[in-house]
Amino acid sequence: MTKSVTDVICPFCGTLCDDLEVVVSDDGKTIVDVYNACAIGAEKFMHAQASGRVTRPRMQQPDGSYKEVSYDEAVEYTAQMLAKSKKPLMYGWSSTSCEAQSVGHEIAEQVGAIVDNTATVCHGTTLLAVQDVGIPSCTLGEVKNRADRIIFWGCNPCHAHPRHMSRYSIFPRGFFTNKGHKNRKMIVVDPRNTDTAKMADIHFQIEQGRDYELLSALRVALRKEVLPDTVAGVPKEKIYEAAELLTSGRFGIIFFGMGVTQTLSKNHNIDEAIMLTKDLNEFTKFSIMAMRGHYNVTGSGQVLGWQFGYPFCVDLSRGFARYNPGETSSNDLLRRGEVDAVFVLGSDPGAHFPISSVKKISELPSVAVDPHITPTTEVAKLHVPVAFVGVEVGGNCYRMDNVPIDARKVVDPPEGVLTDEEFLTRVNKRVKELMEA
Amino acid sequence: MEGGKEKDAYRKACGIIEMDPSDLKKLGAWRNTNVKVTSPHGSVIVKAVEATQGPHPGLGYIPMGPWANSVTDPNTYSTGMPTFKGVPIEVEIAMNEPVLSSIELVQKKCRGEI
Repeated sequence: MTKSVTDVICPFCGTLCDDLEVVVSDDGKTIVDVYNACAIGAEKFMHAQASGRVTRPRMQQPDGSYKEVSYDEAVEYTAQMLAKSKKPLMYGWSSTSCEAQSVGHEIAEQVGAIVDNTATVCHGTTLLAVQDVGIPSCTLGEVKNRADRIIFWGCNPCHAHPRHMSRYSIFPRGFFTNKGHKNRKMIVVDPRNTDTAKMADIHFQIEQGRDYELLSALRVALRKEVLPDTVAGVPKEKIYEAAELLTSGRFGIIFFGMGVTQTLSKNHNIDEAIMLTKDLNEFTKFSIMAMRGHYNVTGSGQVLGWQFGYPFCVDLSRGFARYNPGETSSNDLLRRGEVDAVFVLGSDPGAHFPISSVKKISELPSVAVDPHITPTTEVAKLHVPVAFVGVEVGGNCYRMDNVPIDARKVVDPPEGVLTDEEFLTRVNKRVKELMEA
Repeated sequence: MEGGKEKDAYRKACGIIEMDPSDLKKLGAWRNTNVKVTSPHGSVIVKAVEATQGPHPGLGYIPMGPWANSVTDPNTYSTGMPTFKGVPIEVEIAMNEPVLSSIELVQKKCRGEI
């Protein structure tokens, strides 16, 4: 007889769905089925069960092959590497719990490391913009219950946050939005006619990289000033029409993603989007929210924030916390060859950093802590497999609107496999011994 | 992505470039032809497929992954964020060259073999 675990938190994207139902076998060891999750979330639960999973640490040999080693040897190698290194980079932290992040930061403080999370290639520019101009935001619950004007700017939740629209932003019937999507008007800004754009009331198919112009044009339109005939490939009539639509709502929200953070104007795009939100508040209530990717990248920013005062790119190498993106950010450090060891946990820079940075990682002493086999683990000197947070071990996580939610354990990890927190605690203890010696 | 990056499904999902039918025509390529994408920052072999979320003439789309990162602009302009999007590229037909798996691609690039 199988049993069902209810109210499971999905450890995939920043939407952090909390209504999953996971069916486990009667011995509680294997996952049989996953209900309510999106295709990607369900895949994550099922992948934890896949055959061929690595369950012991592996050390790279001179010929490029990997040899199994014990967790004790892995802890020793990691601690030695960090303790000996002058300026190690400790990167990742977004696919793990806040508890594990906290232990990691303790190690970083002792060895004088740089702690950076995946925001550096994701919403790092958003964080810069927030420090520039502030952010008027809200929670997803408010969006569900109140929002009747929704903008998706440079993001494609149909594919990246599959349940975002059905749980919060477009379809649900909320307290003041009791007709669901019929109450809401949806604007999508994207250079491609994405599946999200196909659902929109208005789709601005802008010229790639011209977000700043269009955001400025909307601010001009709100002031009823004169616009040129087209801006970023969009006719001015459509811009005036959109401005009218936005101001006529009762509660609006701008969700934005990689389309604005990764294009050339970077943080200035977000500055302008936040200032547009501010302007719209002259007419009606408006908020703005980043579509955070990893399920706990927000948590990493929170934990770093309350421990060191900065949300990413924290340099502890001088014995106190410094923050200067462009100097203390992972890709800049790697490109300039300023770090002498790399520790990665809960992220895959091998696949998601420009190849020039990955090459630098492969040339340095490196440890990758990850339950999966990834391009990072296959170029790192040591791969330490761990339990899946949110599947095999619980822990605290932050949703994209900064609401903390406790993830739940559903099944046991494979026998003998450590969790992130256990592994880091052992490394921390060993590092302490080495530093005191 | 969550199903294992060493698997073939990842290569099939991300080792591609989505191109507008008009651009494929200009290139003289059939759909599902392997092509070589070159930017000022590197080159990579991917499969050219017809845009699923188009039309977007003049715009190529490679999903996030090591294939895209072989050609993206690593310059962060002091923000920490590489310029992943809006990179000018050239596409040429490379029918006989294989699309490598994510692991092979990254390992070979790191060793300087390709």
